[in-house]
Amino acid sequence: MPLRKDIHKVMVLGSGPIVIGQAAEFDYAGTQACRALREEGLEVVLVNSNPATIMTDKAMADKVYIEPMTLDAVKAIIKKERPDSLIPNLGGQTGLNLAMDLSADGFLDEYGVKLLGANPTTIAKAEDRQMFKDTMEKIGEPCIASKVVHTVEDAVEFTEQIGLPVIIRPAYTLGGTGGGIAYTWEQLREISASGIMHSRVDEILVEKCIAGWKEIEFEVMRDSKGNAIAICSMENVDPVGVHTGDSVVVAPCQTLSDKEYQMLRTSALNIITELGIEGGCNVQYALNPESFEYAVIEVNPRVSRSSALASKATGFPIAKVTAKIAIGYGLDEIMNAVTGKTYACFEPTIDYIVAKFPRWPFDKFVYADNSLGTQMKATGEVMAIAPSFEQAMMKSVRGIEMKLTSFILPKLKEWSDEEIKAGVSVVNDERLFVICEALRRGIMTIEEIHKITMIDPWFLHGYQNIIDMEHELAAASALSEDLYLRAKKMGFLDQTIEELSGCAVGALKRLPVYKTVDTCAAEFDAETPYYYSTFDDENEVKPSTGKKKILVLGSGPIRIGQGIEFDYCSVHSVWALKELGCETIIINNNPETVSTDFDTADRLYFEPLTPEDVEGVVHAEKPDAAIVQFGGQTAINLAAHLEKLGVPILGTQAWSIDAAEDREKFDEILEECGIPRPKGDTVFTEEEAVAVADRLGYPVLVRPSYVLGGQGMEIAYSEQDIREYMQVITRHKVENPVLVDKYMMGREIEVDAICDGEDILIPGIMEHFERAGVHSGDSISMYPTLNIQSKHKDTIIRYTRALAKSLKVLGLVNIQFVLYNDEIYIIEVNPRSSRTVPYISKITGVPMIDLATRCMFGEKLRDMEFGTGLYPERDYYAVKVPVFSFQKLRDLDTQLGPEMKSTGEVLGVSKDFKEALYKGLLGAGFSMHKKTGKVVLSVRPADKQEIIPIAEKFEKLGYDIYATSGTANTLNKAMVAANMVYNAFETEKHPNIMDLIENGEVDYVISTSVKGRHPELASVKIRRSATEHAIPCLTAIDTANALLDCMESGMDISSCHMVDINEI
Amino acid sequence: MKKAYLLLADGTLFEGKAAGYEGCSVGEVVFNTGMVGYQEVLTDPSYYGQIVCMTYPLIGNYGINLEDDESRKSWVSGYIMREMSEYPSNFRCKMTLDAYLKEQKVVAITGIDTRRLTRILRNSGVMNGVIYTEGHEPDAALVEKMKGYAVTEAVKTVTLHKAKVYPAEGTQKYRVAVLDFGVKYNIVRELCSRGCEVTVLPGETAPEEVLNGGYDGLMLSNGPGDPAENVEIVEHLKTLIASGMPIFGICLGHQLMALAIGAKTEKMRFGHRGVNHPVKDLDTGRTYITSQNHGYAVVGDTVDPKIARICFVNLNDGSVEGLAHVDHPIFTVQYHPEVCPGPQDTSYLFDRFLENIDKHKGGQL
Repeated sequence: MPLRKDIHKVMVLGSGPIVIGQAAEFDYAGTQACRALREEGLEVVLVNSNPATIMTDKAMADKVYIEPMTLDAVKAIIKKERPDSLIPNLGGQTGLNLAMDLSADGFLDEYGVKLLGANPTTIAKAEDRQMFKDTMEKIGEPCIASKVVHTVEDAVEFTEQIGLPVIIRPAYTLGGTGGGIAYTWEQLREISASGIMHSRVDEILVEKCIAGWKEIEFEVMRDSKGNAIAICSMENVDPVGVHTGDSVVVAPCQTLSDKEYQMLRTSALNIITELGIEGGCNVQYALNPESFEYAVIEVNPRVSRSSALASKATGFPIAKVTAKIAIGYGLDEIMNAVTGKTYACFEPTIDYIVAKFPRWPFDKFVYADNSLGTQMKATGEVMAIAPSFEQAMMKSVRGIEMKLTSFILPKLKEWSDEEIKAGVSVVNDERLFVICEALRRGIMTIEEIHKITMIDPWFLHGYQNIIDMEHELAAASALSEDLYLRAKKMGFLDQTIEELSGCAVGALKRLPVYKTVDTCAAEFDAETPYYYSTFDDENEVKPSTGKKKILVLGSGPIRIGQGIEFDYCSVHSVWALKELGCETIIINNNPETVSTDFDTADRLYFEPLTPEDVEGVVHAEKPDAAIVQFGGQTAINLAAHLEKLGVPILGTQAWSIDAAEDREKFDEILEECGIPRPKGDTVFTEEEAVAVADRLGYPVLVRPSYVLGGQGMEIAYSEQDIREYMQVITRHKVENPVLVDKYMMGREIEVDAICDGEDILIPGIMEHFERAGVHSGDSISMYPTLNIQSKHKDTIIRYTRALAKSLKVLGLVNIQFVLYNDEIYIIEVNPRSSRTVPYISKITGVPMIDLATRCMFGEKLRDMEFGTGLYPERDYYAVKVPVFSFQKLRDLDTQLGPEMKSTGEVLGVSKDFKEALYKGLLGAGFSMHKKTGKVVLSVRPADKQEIIPIAEKFEKLGYDIYATSGTANTLNKAMVAANMVYNAFETEKHPNIMDLIENGEVDYVISTSVKGRHPELASVKIRRSATEHAIPCLTAIDTANALLDCMESGMDISSCHMVDINEI
Repeated sequence: MKKAYLLLADGTLFEGKAAGYEGCSVGEVVFNTGMVGYQEVLTDPSYYGQIVCMTYPLIGNYGINLEDDESRKSWVSGYIMREMSEYPSNFRCKMTLDAYLKEQKVVAITGIDTRRLTRILRNSGVMNGVIYTEGHEPDAALVEKMKGYAVTEAVKTVTLHKAKVYPAEGTQKYRVAVLDFGVKYNIVRELCSRGCEVTVLPGETAPEEVLNGGYDGLMLSNGPGDPAENVEIVEHLKTLIASGMPIFGICLGHQLMALAIGAKTEKMRFGHRGVNHPVKDLDTGRTYITSQNHGYAVVGDTVDPKIARICFVNLNDGSVEGLAHVDHPIFTVQYHPEVCPGPQDTSYLFDRFLENIDKHKGGQL
């Protein structure tokens, strides 16, 4: 069936801010879908609150609404736009839930909006636990013994029937929030309670625990004609029990025979057929390793993280095809874009193995609970393609950017054999490394490790092969060609080979050849140059077209501080380069992104971003130049290496990056320009740090240089603080000095500018809501500024121009200032793209990446259409509000500070500032509809005076105020009635603050403390408990003020004006 | 470890590691794109005379078990893998692939760039080759012979020479004869599991014997080689077709049926060998993912529409994938509905065959 005649205007729902469990994969899916729909001449209305995405670009859809992903907001947009259809299955769980809600109250029918791709019954059959079970029973697909319950008592009763252990799965949640495995009755009660609370419908599934079975996934698709195909099978290296998002995953399945494979494939196709899904669908299975017994764990009737992985693993664009199916096409009518000859109605077959490795945030969040279970904790992932399991694993581990080049985790060297053996049973982010260490020391057999971990021996043998190679290299007196080549084929870097063998690689050095990802194992000729490296005979890289070749480095896995925004920048740079007539090459290893879509750049290299891997590509492609300033710190770190390889860097040179980070060089430049900065110094050791801090006077800001996202950055108020922080920072090898600066608590201002070498263009100046001290990525930020006088703006423009010129910036620069005692100081300069580039580009209409790229090619800003200096302020306010994933990260202190903690952001856009702020907060998850209730306040001495007006506002709104003794005293003295509650450490006294929070009586918590981080501290416990009970917990006075302003205004989203950013 | 080599007719030499049996073997080099199912491939008689290259790089991961053989032995002339698993893991695994290859005397090679080989075969078509272990180098005469090698006497070699009866599972409903041109066990299993007593007859069994055997239906099995060399069998089929008995043909069975109704077959450039081939049912418009293994195909425009209708085509290259006789309850498919390996989406064809038998017995057909 071709395009349906009754579809003209389609609404696409995005997935909102990046949180753990819902990341860039939906930007990839949404972007593909928007393009696929517009190709068909359809009008697309896009809704997504996440401004860092490519899908919310003006050019991606006819109407783009960066508005809160709430029911009322979307209703208002539908009323305004009157789309005739809506695609619900591309925006993750957020999009799917919203579509369900829209449909449930008859709103879609009332407004004549058709739901495409999946209907409410389909979605409910897959998502509602009981309906899902009934459906599976009907078609004879086995499920795990389970029961839907709504109370802890019922959970206990059912468990008495089926026996412990059991898994608790909350209904309608993302990444399994609130769920877990209960081995004891106590755990059962605790996890059930948490699960019920986190479920949108107070519902959990209690399920027989089948931990240890193989976890297998199938990505399947179906069209309206009933054609159904399996795109990809995936096998989790970690068996059932670890969330698939936290598992090492390989594709295709490795340990299944055809009988098992076909059994599950047939099952998956039966399920998608019974559910009547039209589009992509993910089915997860548990397979008994000792028989053909299996059980369906879960069905996701939508595109997902796994479908993004499957798309990149096979070359089959699932989201694009899902969109085409939604508007009426059959699989047999959609071309396979990779071969250009065959149709989408076939099953990809691959001739390599793909490995996915999760990227966890525990390097930053050292106190967070790093155990792995049914709740996902990884912020991102990398994928590696190779002809062998060993090589795929080695590529992936060096790609996660944990400073590792192999499965050797240095700190384990200090563990005793007993500790290693014990560690094998502990399921956390480091277990795989512990397993490898156990194999390396030969203290455990594969059989022993298999019994404990239930990881299939086939995979363990793979790791053993890597370890054997380590031993062989270590034992070699000289490096033979045969040994070297075998090590290369197993994925060892030259650097690792040299380290282990003690021999120089020298003349043996070989660079890889590149093979093509073609969906068909070479059966047909592929049109798309999508490559991966191998150490083989034949190189498939296509000859150059003769155009200028530019290499763009991507930004690797998503982690705190380096998110989707850098992918936005890389992709835009590729597009700009194509406009300039260049042939573009991208290197990246993140399967979730648009940059690794095979039709983004002219050539895609799916490779880790390490010097040697980049060298291989440079050798194969011989690019004329490279661009590094858009790929975040990952790309920046490779600048010097590219120069060494003789590849000219376009735009700002490595020298400038160094000058901005090197204390002495930077101070010289500032002096030259006459720009003041907070006093400070560089140190390498704890003692030096203490000495500098004493000289400057506390508080001081401590941070390592050459890092992103304020990694390891803290404010130290005392010598003890500084010692603690230095110990944490120096856990990893300190290659670069640590900076110690005087901390100035003023108003923080941020600027992104484009420099052409002579002139600058500042699209907009942003002001932070929170005063300096909260990381810019975690601050609410507004454009245009509200409180900055024009004289200060002039200073900022002057400083920016001077700095850009002195640092020889060509392209983008991001500068952070602090306004302190009526004077502008500079805090930080980053001569590269930044987190705020996408949102400022969208809101001001200045295509920053495009202009920056053109500047690199010698164009001058004065000749372009946006002028120089400060671009005229728009009459719209845009407020960026950070979004956190604290619920997923147990034991992590939620108090905001100089180290970044947010995973994503939303934007509120309006002509009215208050409305923009309200939309931003609403989009970030603050509901603000409750006009009365209870608020708990517990703040550090420095905040006591400022908490008074906040408490007053709460009181005026009708809230009852509860406060710990110090805070209560202050409030009562100021004539604000506050009920005293005992603090969290006063566990024997009641009511203490924890009672209130745990009883679910509290609506807001405001908690600040001098010291934070350590999970044993009372203040941290308060904040964690609030988070776990889904109570908004504010940790900065300024944030609280912003929230109260909105609550006071009594705004309602239905009466707000919905802004199409294409109209700004 | 010993080295092994693959020499192609065009002179290309691949050097790898020896696996399986040590020796020297000539054959037609073909590639299979399935990612699982190597045990079924090795024991599929249709691969007789061929040196099979697996495009999936990791072979042998789940070892060899006792249940998945598709015939009484391995028929391949050689086996090519990128990497052979030394430590298989699966609950049914009884031996390693290497041990099986040794037992079956299959000369094998690992550690070569199988993708390069596949691209060579894709671009120049299937090619003859010789696979040999270090110390078993072919002499010039053998290399010359290799260049002129053709798979001949294929059906004669693989077929059973004595009839064999397989009882029905459960209540016996029908008696079905299978002409064994190289039948895969799963064709027999599919029929038995549907209540058929199956008699596997030698491929060259005279038509009278079939017609007088009291069978309700006839199955024409898959098998190896050039269909056109089976002149005698094609003559037999003409008689069988005219009898009006329900017939279902698979792969070689389909090709022989086509020859019997006057159509022609041709050799394909590199054939279809894999488990992901889309086939469109022209009656319903549905497309099915099928398992395939053939190097010859029926030439579409030689099929007389007055005699038979093309009812299935390959979605990728448009080749003929199935025929239905206009006057008789006879249908044939080029692909493998019995799979093993491959997707089970078209096993409904066995039901269709039994429906035909049922109707025929009831006098409706």
